[in-house]
Amino acid sequence: MSQTRKKLLVDPLVDNNPITLQVLGICSALAVTSSLKVSFVMSLAVIAVIAFSSLFISMLRNYIPNSIRIIVQMTIIASLVIVVDQLLKAYAYEISKTLSVFVGLIITNCIVMGRAEAFAMKNTPIDSFVDGIGNGLGYGLLLMCVGVVRELFGAGSLFGIVILNPVSDGGWYVPNGLLLLPPSAFFIIGFLIWGLRIWKKSQVEDPEFKIQTVEDY
Amino acid sequence: MPNEKKDNIFSKFKKLPIDSIPKTILVAITLCLFCSMIVSLAAVKLKPIQLSNQIRDKQINILQVAGLYFEGMNVEESFTSFEPMIVDIDKGLFTDKFNPKDFDDLKAASDPLLSVDLKDDPASIGRRSNYATVYLLKNKDGTIDKIILPIYGYGLWSTLYGFVALEEDGNEIFGLQFYQHAETPGLGGEVDNPKWKAQWKGKKLRNKDGDLMIQVAKTPGPKEHHIDAIAGATLTSNGVNNLVRFWLGESGFKKFLTNFKNGAT
Repeated sequence: MSQTRKKLLVDPLVDNNPITLQVLGICSALAVTSSLKVSFVMSLAVIAVIAFSSLFISMLRNYIPNSIRIIVQMTIIASLVIVVDQLLKAYAYEISKTLSVFVGLIITNCIVMGRAEAFAMKNTPIDSFVDGIGNGLGYGLLLMCVGVVRELFGAGSLFGIVILNPVSDGGWYVPNGLLLLPPSAFFIIGFLIWGLRIWKKSQVEDPEFKIQTVEDY
Repeated sequence: MPNEKKDNIFSKFKKLPIDSIPKTILVAITLCLFCSMIVSLAAVKLKPIQLSNQIRDKQINILQVAGLYFEGMNVEESFTSFEPMIVDIDKGLFTDKFNPKDFDDLKAASDPLLSVDLKDDPASIGRRSNYATVYLLKNKDGTIDKIILPIYGYGLWSTLYGFVALEEDGNEIFGLQFYQHAETPGLGGEVDNPKWKAQWKGKKLRNKDGDLMIQVAKTPGPKEHHIDAIAGATLTSNGVNNLVRFWLGESGFKKFLTNFKNGAT
């Protein structure tokens, strides 16, 4: 694998993470991360959809008229999502039941559109495919991080295996109910972005303006 | 001659820029046709597998509510000990108008000929089918062991679909289970918690006077009719309370259960 392709694949994991740096795809990160198993399947589904939609859009990029390009991208993405949804219903029925509507909502995931519009429309199919996988992995990585915190402290388990025995089953751990509700993911993602920007200073944005203080005079 | 003319139009079209209107329309139509073909192909090809998944899932749920399910069992074979029957809810009698194999309760609920519009609708289901599929679990000697009734109604976010299993007297609950809902995981989703579900076992629906007493409530009630509400999920608990009381009450299976007990079905 050439150096640039490797960069395409690895960059979105930390340095250019679609959620923490580009702040895209937040909505589904809130919705599906209350259990790790669901986050995992959702990540796989999103990786597949981003990779293949980027691939197909990139293959067609020279034939897509500019005036309808967004609709063309949406059509391709939506078709892929429906196929993924049908496949899950046929071969992973249990999981498709827990994911319910969220699979359909991959269509509205801004990361997929974002990669199609920003990358796949201008680059070769293979590069776009790799870029799609990279961004999907970046999304999945963050989803898993949030999922670990939410499931462990919200329900006392990881992947459904009990780690902290909750009171409702006769244990000692009082689960934090807030963590199971979507708003908690906001806090967790916020803290993750904070932590990441302490570690990687280059991700900190320049302030748009500076508040003047009396001392300046 | 005509051929040459045709070629002209074709080559003219070819020379048009991609952003021109004819080419835009061509791309749009081709893409739509292609994508719709892919989507319908996937839907049609996978339909049989999806359907068999759904049926299997329902059978597993019925086995679970009857306390017979264990991991890795042969679902289809075990399910043969259940006899599906269609009940006419208004009359409270079995009916052979429909074949239980292909009767769909939920479809019937939206068919104006087979359902009634509910005026008093605590379970928030809008219309109730006049016919419901119940499952009779038979002992080896042919006597009835358990009756499994379908129930559903609205919780906080979603409609909860489930089954309640009754002992052969039609009054004592053996178990209750929801097979489909979208309540908040960890809060309303605790309706799936085995500890909570275990409360239902042995509870009585009615007291000696025949009043429907079963309740899901925070405040304590008579012990043999009381189920503790789920902490942090008041609305889901209320929903479960309403739907259970609806389906087992006057506008639900009460008539059928009375007839059944008297051997008049």
